[in-house]
Amino acid sequence: MDNLGELLHGFTIAITVPHLALMVVGVLLGILVGVLPGLGAPNGVSLLLPLTFGMQPVSAIILLSSMYWGALFGGSVTSILFNIPGEPSSVATTFDGYPMARDGRPTTALATAFGSAAFGALIGVILITFLASWVAQVALAFGPPEYFAVYFLAFASFVGMGGAAPIKTVVALAIGFAIAAIGIDTVSGSVRLTMGIDELVKGVNFVVAVMGLFGIGELLVAVEEEFHARAVSSKIEWREVFRAIGRLPRHSVALLRSAAIGCWMGITPGGPTAASFMSYGIARRFSRRGRYFGTGEVEGIISPETADHAAGTSALLPMLSLGIPGSATAAVMMGGLMIWGLNPGPMLFVDSKDFVWGLIASMYVGNIVAVVLVLLTVPVFAALMRIPFVIIAPLIVIICVVGAYSVSNSYLDVVMMLGFGIVGYLFKKLFYPLAPLVLAIVIGDKAEDAFRQSMLMSKGSLGIFFANKLVTCLIVGGIALLLLPLVLQLARLRRKPAPSANETDPEKVII
Amino acid sequence: MGGTSKLLLSAAAAMLAGTVPALAAWQPQKPIEFVATAGPGGGTDNLARAVQNIITKYKLTEQPIVVVNKAGGSGAEGYVYGKASSGDPYKVIFGTSNAWQQPLVSKVAFNYTDLTPIAAMAQDEFLLWVKQDSPYKTAGDYLKGAATGDFKMGGAQSKDTDEVLTRMIEKVGQVKLTYIPFKSGAETAVQLAGGHLDSHVNNPSESIGQWRGGTQRPLCVFSPKRLPQGAKVTASEGWSDVPTCVEQGLDIKQYEQPRTVWLPGKVTPDQAAFYVDLMKKVQATPEWKDYIEKTSQVDTFLTGAEFDKFIKEDIEHLRQVASEQGWLIK
Repeated sequence: MDNLGELLHGFTIAITVPHLALMVVGVLLGILVGVLPGLGAPNGVSLLLPLTFGMQPVSAIILLSSMYWGALFGGSVTSILFNIPGEPSSVATTFDGYPMARDGRPTTALATAFGSAAFGALIGVILITFLASWVAQVALAFGPPEYFAVYFLAFASFVGMGGAAPIKTVVALAIGFAIAAIGIDTVSGSVRLTMGIDELVKGVNFVVAVMGLFGIGELLVAVEEEFHARAVSSKIEWREVFRAIGRLPRHSVALLRSAAIGCWMGITPGGPTAASFMSYGIARRFSRRGRYFGTGEVEGIISPETADHAAGTSALLPMLSLGIPGSATAAVMMGGLMIWGLNPGPMLFVDSKDFVWGLIASMYVGNIVAVVLVLLTVPVFAALMRIPFVIIAPLIVIICVVGAYSVSNSYLDVVMMLGFGIVGYLFKKLFYPLAPLVLAIVIGDKAEDAFRQSMLMSKGSLGIFFANKLVTCLIVGGIALLLLPLVLQLARLRRKPAPSANETDPEKVII
Repeated sequence: MGGTSKLLLSAAAAMLAGTVPALAAWQPQKPIEFVATAGPGGGTDNLARAVQNIITKYKLTEQPIVVVNKAGGSGAEGYVYGKASSGDPYKVIFGTSNAWQQPLVSKVAFNYTDLTPIAAMAQDEFLLWVKQDSPYKTAGDYLKGAATGDFKMGGAQSKDTDEVLTRMIEKVGQVKLTYIPFKSGAETAVQLAGGHLDSHVNNPSESIGQWRGGTQRPLCVFSPKRLPQGAKVTASEGWSDVPTCVEQGLDIKQYEQPRTVWLPGKVTPDQAAFYVDLMKKVQATPEWKDYIEKTSQVDTFLTGAEFDKFIKEDIEHLRQVASEQGWLIK
């Protein structure tokens, strides 16, 4: 129980008036950059970084990490209200969050998201506290084959459980993989699929794709439908915030399952994005109301949010102990660590105990501060939904255009974003699922790299995916998840020869 | 330290005195953009930000400076951006030898001749690293092991500096290594720590944390002489304790990666001269020394004809390795 003593010591560092004040400032700034178009957590943190050079490293990291928490929460706001995910990991939140907000329950959607996110983060920090050294060891066990196996598991859990026609899922996946392949290939070093456009050598940025697919795509669909359908009259009710939070324990199974998935994907370096998708996919399969997912189900919000934050939090550990930044924000923070004279790596836990445990303690306190502040802002954000569509629609276009441009100050990105908008619209119209497309864009190239690195290591033998217990378990788990729906379908067919295929409205099931 | 830096400052001032007229010829009139051809936290990004901080601190120019990252396509994004900004003296591109290396081996839409070279500001060293508990104590042992075993060498990117060095080791040591490319040096270091690789050739700053943490250790440095004395990294050893590879029978005298600074093409000589001076001033500050020491790089300053000569020689060498490997693009 050494860690507990260290943690208590950490609390004495974190809970001081100046540090609490820094947390409040950091969280508020974070919420701001999370909600504002074109300013994500990485930009916010790098803008703030120079201000921290004169500070104590602990104070500096508390300010920056609080900002990170704030931005994560703030990012969910745009996902839920406008269907524009600011971070890859909040894509899965849009699937049920946005429909729920559109149905006139934005307060419930936001409060549920924040509540479950805070729960996930808390579980993540607890894990870090007690298993810090063990977790670092697990992460080391991951070589290319294991990485591939984790990505495969994420694909399998989501794809195997998708609601769309399997062949459409495969088509969406394939398009996603093709988009992920654009640019320089890590393994061969050659340029692929740039179609003569020089600038495409940088590849397709995820934010550009998602803003178009979700933000613009949804807008086009909405424009085509009747305008007044979107004029939502949501009552601003404080009680609804607390009611939504109070209802969370009823979904304790979903919460715990998602937190477990999140922590697992955070430690094994699968990351928050894979975690949230996987959690959503599994919830859809195992929830009693799974078939209503995509229409504004509470568990459809809880699952990705909890997993996202659990993974995001526990992923900070590999950054500190191994020096692998899990996200762009973490990379900027790592740059900060070095400027403050600290070396992220195995020795950080020995050399800079005050720093590490001060940070971990601040994660407890910072998340509580963040969730309180963010819940206070829910009614304000929910009120945004009452703004008539004719005003919101151009606003969404502005957010998407500015957001896409600011990724790398490139006009091409804006054009691509609009192109993705049309793709998103067509996908919706033709009942193709967007989720596999996005998942393939985000982790497709990583999965490909990992696979080809494995093949290099094994000189082309697939045996490397069954070379040790860890990788075998992951691969077998993935295959099982992939085949499960098929097996269940067959079993059902055998029992009841007339399958009730059109049980639910297909439009509602497509995610 | 204080005394030396003061000395350096005055030396720099004396050196700069001669260039004052040229300096007055062109001054920036609007904000300057520093384009780092690496992601936040990468070596090139650190350089751009260190230079930015120094310029801001000493008010070396009146104009504000912003650093943007264009890391896509192993940095090609940044160079292509520089090419597209032809004639614009407000874009400064920070890169490595990638600027001339990448066009040689892959079909990227730029060449270093599209840019105006300003300077090579620092040289990053390469070392041969193995896992802490590996049986090999010297580069000679390592080569003997590699001759019989099936060794996996990791590195950042494909057909880039790390792989070129790997192929040189193969040739000089008459061994065969399986090269596995990863996204970055940091990632490679973790893979070695996990025992998924046998070795890599990281720069000092990419593996210093891992060395101190006891997960991997350097066998030798690819440099004609040992690295300068600095603070101890582990309890008993510092960079200067690492033998050179030549000492240990791996006959590669020198392999370094320059950190380079460029302007877009078609800028006026005045404009280029302004930035050469600016970088010279940056290099004379104590903060610069500090940056060099912290990142364990070697301080150099190549500009003009010297820089050109360096590039030409490096290209000659690369072309040779690349053609042996069949990498040259048609």
